[in-house]
Amino acid sequence: MDIKSAQYISVTLYDGTKQNGSIKAVIGEQTWSVPIEPDNAHYQAILEWAKEDGNEIQAAE
Amino acid sequence: MAVSRINEAGLNVNQYGNRNLTINGAMQVSQRGTVTGITGSGFGGPDRCAIVCSNSGTYTLSQAADAPSGSGFDKSFDVACTSSDTYGTAADVTHLRLSSLESQDCMKFEHGTSSAKKLTVQFYVKCSYADTFGLALVNHDSQRSNVQKFTISSADTWQLVTLTYNGDTAAGFNNDANLGLSLDLFLGGGSDYTGGSATLNNWDTRSNNQSTYVSSTSTKFGTATSHTFNVTGLQLEIGDTATDFEHRSFGDELQRCLRYFYSCGDGSSHVYQAFAYGSATASTGVETLLEFPVTMRTIPSVTQVGNVHIGNGVVGHTFTGIALSTNQSGTKRATITLSGASGMTQFRAYRVEANNDATARLQFSAEL
Repeated sequence: MDIKSAQYISVTLYDGTKQNGSIKAVIGEQTWSVPIEPDNAHYQAILEWAKEDGNEIQAAE
Repeated sequence: MAVSRINEAGLNVNQYGNRNLTINGAMQVSQRGTVTGITGSGFGGPDRCAIVCSNSGTYTLSQAADAPSGSGFDKSFDVACTSSDTYGTAADVTHLRLSSLESQDCMKFEHGTSSAKKLTVQFYVKCSYADTFGLALVNHDSQRSNVQKFTISSADTWQLVTLTYNGDTAAGFNNDANLGLSLDLFLGGGSDYTGGSATLNNWDTRSNNQSTYVSSTSTKFGTATSHTFNVTGLQLEIGDTATDFEHRSFGDELQRCLRYFYSCGDGSSHVYQAFAYGSATASTGVETLLEFPVTMRTIPSVTQVGNVHIGNGVVGHTFTGIALSTNQSGTKRATITLSGASGMTQFRAYRVEANNDATARLQFSAEL
């Protein structure tokens, strides 16, 4: 999978706290919103990609 | 009088349904359409068909109106090289993933037991040059594979390939919804994939079989931009005999494909086609609920294609961010959040729609 970048997107819960809700990833020529879901193939590939030197899932803004 | 039992002996096995374990084997459904510029792995053309390539050229995947005459097929998976490469490093590789099965759908093979069943694959194939290729069945749970070779004897000529694979008595599947078995057709590879002498039709660890996936005399697909490859009529079935291809209706195949990929938006001439309704959470964004037509394999990823905006029938608002929130989404429906807009009224209803663009879509992927 041709992953070029990945960044967490935060969500605000009802109690006002923020947590990572999904990942914005550029894969090939498309930008995907990827759920933080162990069975999602994009999510699995992003975790593998992040293990390689120089790759990192950027923190949410 | 009610029939209490059908005499199986009076039936031809070709009349039995659900023999074909692949989805979209006749290449009828193509929700993504043509996908160009693939340099890594990616889906394109007929649903469920993908290419995996690493430093081995650039490819276009499409659904072609090209099939062997008299076969009952009229579409095929078309792979075309648009930028060539030389497979200069050992790990470079190109293979087609013609089909992938969930692990839970592989339990019927009884692999990992002394009753492990044989599997038979058949498909029509055409290539722009004559060559020998490897087709590997890969068990992703045990990381084992079984490879066999087939030869295309004449360039640009359709031919039928039939291969029967032994059952694997040593390792089975995990019985879950993740990737269990894939059918990987190897088109070219660096030295990691050639020169091996592993026994054909033998289950072994992938690392032991890998160097046999590509013939040492292979032309290597993608070393010239004239290279094309087509496949149709793909069938995987239990047993040692290839039975007649099990044709299914377009509607049946589409329903099966939707578990893995859903293109919301049909590419019709309705250039303001609505995809989902919701309400503004602030002046800058909306939250919408979208139902999937079938339960997807897992919570999907989402992307937009073409020009999509937020509208209310009077005014359109552009947005910069689209996200599917894991907390509020599942395999039956998803909450899509659109952000980075301006000028909306909080709590007012809005719809997500195409913005004067017949190609606009929201796409959801739960592929294996």
